[in-house]
Amino acid sequence: MRVLLRQPTRTIDVDGPMSVVKLLHRLDLSREAVLVIQDGTLVPGDAYLQDDAEIEIRPVISGGA
Amino acid sequence: MKCKVCSGPGVIDIRRHNANFCSEHFLRYCRQQVEKVIHEFRMASPGERLLVAVSGGKDSLALWDLLLELGYEADGLYVGLGIGDYSVESARQVKAFTDRFAAPRGGSLIEVDLRETYDIDVPTAAKVGKRVPCSACGLSKRHLFDKAAIDGGYDALVTGHNLDDEAAVLYGNVMRWQTAYLGRQRPHLPAENGFPRKIKPLVRLSEREMAAYCVLRGIDYQIDECPMAVGNKHLQYKAALNMAEEDTPGMKQAFYFGFLREAVDRFAPDAAAREGGQSNGEPGSDGSTNDAEGSLGLCQRCGSPTNNEVCSFCTLVERTSGHDPVPVELVRRPAKRRQR
Ligand code: SF4
Ligand SMILES: [Zn+2]
Ligand SMILES: [Zn+2]
Repeated sequence: MRVLLRQPTRTIDVDGPMSVVKLLHRLDLSREAVLVIQDGTLVPGDAYLQDDAEIEIRPVISGGA
Repeated sequence: MKCKVCSGPGVIDIRRHNANFCSEHFLRYCRQQVEKVIHEFRMASPGERLLVAVSGGKDSLALWDLLLELGYEADGLYVGLGIGDYSVESARQVKAFTDRFAAPRGGSLIEVDLRETYDIDVPTAAKVGKRVPCSACGLSKRHLFDKAAIDGGYDALVTGHNLDDEAAVLYGNVMRWQTAYLGRQRPHLPAENGFPRKIKPLVRLSEREMAAYCVLRGIDYQIDECPMAVGNKHLQYKAALNMAEEDTPGMKQAFYFGFLREAVDRFAPDAAAREGGQSNGEPGSDGSTNDAEGSLGLCQRCGSPTNNEVCSFCTLVERTSGHDPVPVELVRRPAKRRQR
């Protein structure tokens, strides 16, 4: 699957299918610190991502104002 | 994962409330949290005119949208800080939001540009004044937010500080026992001494919830971090609190609301509290206190309340204007380890 990451913006490819929880674990990301977005909506943690999925993982913590 | 309200498919889990929501009921939950806090702290009444400080980030755009959704009369205020591409992109997001979400519901945008109006920008002011960028930035924003709210005759200045921001500022103030700042860390500061009323209606909602709100409402916002924020204390405090929150969901909310309930009055403002508010040179404190500098007289240059002859913003402008612009790269903090 194709994963768009932010700060800085970049894409990576990950072999799927895989659950959201497992993907975040593999990327060493906390579920509380990011949102997983697909087709303009949120993907919950228990969802399963197909191999051809295109998703964005967006950090939610900001230090600015 | 099922929505707590309608049992439809859930899109987000909120561990501290032990609740999952579908898109529709999550958006309703956010509106309810804002309504609740506005009533709880008597922040605003229907019919009052509110000025929302918008940065282009998720919190302030979500806040403006929420207030319009709830039927408040709310305009936006954007201050162009001159922080390179970051500011260019932020301004673009704010204008796109205004056209699409605010203007159709009667909200208009006030823009102030530091370079155009005062011949300064944040990187140059930081370099020339040998101060941390966030300190020059916070000082400028506080001044311009206050001025716009007063000049525009608004009933309150509204900022998008969320639960994570307030818990992190509280944590920092407690760690260093900044008692004067603690006494003024409230989500509603009444108007006084020539300063406008200041309110923070997002304090019941977390950072993650505000980002989710924007995604589900289709609001584009500035996702990139301000280049000046890298590795700052505010982010370090957030990381520490998030570690505790992982083990004990609800800890941040208990910490902050427990403080408001049990402790803030013990640090109630007196003369000492007027000295500095929470302007500790870090973000998260912008425009959020009626601190400034004592409110004993008026600035000879601009007429703002100050206890010096010239207020600190006018002093900053006098020192910085006329100086060649300093590029962002020259004042950026060294990147430390990432705080996520
Ligand atoms: S991180 Fe600092 S410099 Fe950047 S916008 Fe926030 S206060 Fe200003
Ligand atoms: Zn529902
Ligand atoms: Zn002045």
